[in-house]
Amino acid sequence: MTTSASTAAETEALLEVCKRIRRHIVEMTHAAQSGHPGGSLSATEIFAALYFGGVARHDPADPQWDRRDRVILSKGHATPVVYATLAEAGYFSTDLIPTFRSLGTELQGHVVRNKPPGVEMSGGALGMGLSFAVGVALGHQLDGLAEDEGQIFVVVGDGELNEGQNWEAIMSASHFGLHRITAIVDRNHFQNDGPGDEIMRIDPVGDKWAAFGWGVQYVNGHDVEAVRDALLLARARTDAPQVMICETVKGRGVSFMAENPAGWHGKGPSDEQLSQALEEIDGGLT
Amino acid sequence: MTASGWSAVPEPPPAATREAYGPALVKLADAGYDIVALDADLSASTGGNKLAASHPDRWFTVGAAEQNMISIAAGLASTGKTVYAASFAVFMPGHCFDQIRVQIAQQRMNVKLVASHGGISVGEDGASAQAIEDLALMTSLPGMNVVVPSDAVEADQAIRRAAEDDEPWYIRLGRPKLPIVHLLDPSVEPKHQRSFELGRAEVIHLEDDVTLIACGLMLEPTIRAADLLAQAGIGARVLNMATIKPLDEAEVIQAAEETGAIVCAEEHNVIGGLGSAVARTLARHCPVPMEQVGIEDRFGQSGTWTALLEEYGLTAESVVAAAKRAIARK
Repeated sequence: MTTSASTAAETEALLEVCKRIRRHIVEMTHAAQSGHPGGSLSATEIFAALYFGGVARHDPADPQWDRRDRVILSKGHATPVVYATLAEAGYFSTDLIPTFRSLGTELQGHVVRNKPPGVEMSGGALGMGLSFAVGVALGHQLDGLAEDEGQIFVVVGDGELNEGQNWEAIMSASHFGLHRITAIVDRNHFQNDGPGDEIMRIDPVGDKWAAFGWGVQYVNGHDVEAVRDALLLARARTDAPQVMICETVKGRGVSFMAENPAGWHGKGPSDEQLSQALEEIDGGLT
Repeated sequence: MTASGWSAVPEPPPAATREAYGPALVKLADAGYDIVALDADLSASTGGNKLAASHPDRWFTVGAAEQNMISIAAGLASTGKTVYAASFAVFMPGHCFDQIRVQIAQQRMNVKLVASHGGISVGEDGASAQAIEDLALMTSLPGMNVVVPSDAVEADQAIRRAAEDDEPWYIRLGRPKLPIVHLLDPSVEPKHQRSFELGRAEVIHLEDDVTLIACGLMLEPTIRAADLLAQAGIGARVLNMATIKPLDEAEVIQAAEETGAIVCAEEHNVIGGLGSAVARTLARHCPVPMEQVGIEDRFGQSGTWTALLEEYGLTAESVVAAAKRAIARK
């Protein structure tokens, strides 16, 4: 679905930023020799669309701007995609990226609020982001923000939906009528221990959200324009909270990770693997 | 007049510490504080329903979902609100410790956790409803202020004091109606009227043979224990240690140096509460004999709250016996 016409130049710019984000992801997990590349690569187009597709209203020069949109990473282990995106967006220097996960760095292994600026919520313990978003949305209502101000985008893992707290939050967001919330499910089908369908089945996942009163869109999570358009549509809705089920591939963009997603949930590539990964990333998604 | 010197004042009717919560919230909202209060389907018992009635836009219930409540509280606090979240102590922190740990404590959110029905004095509902470990959980979190008021007057002061800063707090309240220790009467000695101060012990008796340190529901029987000891010619210092964290270490050390023996009394497991905090201070700075009155590492059960206090040894007589043991070890 396309709701906005984009120029070839805009499209090209989005594709290029996806490449840069993917490069940072493999470089920082290589530097740290740890971290979570697979679930970061699967969410690359989601973050690129949010920050570079004209979706999230934010200001890197004023991270605490009180009418900003909030992007919240609930699957708090996918820090590489967050740090890569925030650095590209100008929140901090890309020089910091090699310090990922080292002692004293702002780039902690799992997200820590305001470290670096632009990170909205501490996470890593799964299942808390949607509830936090409900609190933010209630606060924005109390503060009388305009309907299109202070939107909240929450990136949730599909494996993360095993956590019961999500469903408490999903229930309460529609109960309170919090249309500012858009959840984006990174539906990459793999969790820590293996394929989601074997570990704990969540399908029909979209029907479940719909039954809880949310508007549901199904999106190809690696079509950055489609993701952007769906986000803009969700952002404009004022009748109910919205969810996008983004169909993705864990490790997308790096063949040996995408072919063995369970093996690349939480480790960094070797020198040789890094070279191959960068070469493939520069070639673009095929 | 007893040795404590304040029972000559006409006594107000007993009140539960939890009864202070709702009226305190209403006072804060009336005074223009930017507060929001959350409940989890227990608002009639916590008193949060009083704010719901007076300021409905400032109160939300999330249903029986404490994990959701805590993370919502953190999100609200991130928009600049002073947030109060209330439930029973077995459910908060019992049901939502990780949400408190990551989203309230690690993020240093301006959230005041007010837990009613702490301890075994919940009574007839039995073990699953009786929090004997909440202080251990909450004091283990860096940056968390942990307060156990001894009566409804102190509870009111502590709940409203919490709104004056932007730090996370845990305030433990109780279900039973207790005597009011803090008499707000101008004819009473000033030392019994001190306002609650975070991190400061309240000195109730300044004697030198032994120090009795109590919090919460155990303060009143501990004051009675001091009276009983006085009849036996033993001068007992009494400290109301309403703040478990940050502990008033200076007052503990001074008491240890001047009296040479310490007794701690609390309605909590002897592991991880007031006694543990005091013992840590004594061990590092001034080791003196110390005894504990508390729940001896076993779960609660059904019974009237008074019968339970007897069964678990949470009485003035237990404090007297512990004081004599501590003095004998000097």
